[in-house]
Amino acid sequence: MMPSVAEERRAPRVVGVEFPFGHAFGMPHDRVMQRRTLELALRVLAGASKFGTRVDMDMEWPVPLREAYQAWQPKVASPIVRKLLEAQRSQQNSS
Amino acid sequence: MIVDSFKFLPRTYRPFYDGRGPFAGEEEPVWAPFEKRLAESRIALLTSAGMYVKSSQPSFDLEREQTQPEWGDPTWRAIPSATPAAEIGVAHLHINDEDLLADPEIALPMHLLAELESEGVVGGAVAEHLSVMGFQKLGLRDWRQTAAPELIAHLQEQGAGGLILAPA
Repeated sequence: MMPSVAEERRAPRVVGVEFPFGHAFGMPHDRVMQRRTLELALRVLAGASKFGTRVDMDMEWPVPLREAYQAWQPKVASPIVRKLLEAQRSQQNSS
Repeated sequence: MIVDSFKFLPRTYRPFYDGRGPFAGEEEPVWAPFEKRLAESRIALLTSAGMYVKSSQPSFDLEREQTQPEWGDPTWRAIPSATPAAEIGVAHLHINDEDLLADPEIALPMHLLAELESEGVVGGAVAEHLSVMGFQKLGLRDWRQTAAPELIAHLQEQGAGGLILAPA
């Protein structure tokens, strides 16, 4: 989902998927999509010949971006996000 | 198609990830050639979606994370490969768990891997796949010192010849 970050963090082999967080292998109950992703990961695992190999999956997420962008996020902001937002608010209030 | 790593993130998150480079001390390439054929290899899966087996394992510790927002539970769970989907729980405060609970294969495709094994695409699958909770304390110290060596030992005990790491 974030192949550029995996590359920067020195992962030896990377498969990039443009899927929302929580969905590394695809849409729920879509076995064809999940299988294509897993097979590509296996091919890169076994077939990459050198460090830093990255192969991106040629598949778009079949949900409109605005909807998908909201759907993966937790219903309640995570503790660290709440803390960062509170810090931002108090900084704005004090300036 | 070149994947956009930030497509599903708010723009404000980008500086937290983009252009940060490797962790200190991890600049050098790490490489292990895959020397066998897939059809002769035993494969393991690892998800960072915070999955656990509801009937036999504790959840990842979300209560502590609520009180210590920079901390994430660094423990791990071994997920038996035949675990039914209904037995999988998800403990991860940073993603919506609805789709993961509806179909855990989207993060840990154990049953799909078993299908590939039955077709001879891979030689086998480990008896227990692995699960961690992906939000970890900055620097990953606890995870590096404890969880990572345990995970490697567990994979070696099971004769894993390859590991697919699936970030959540």
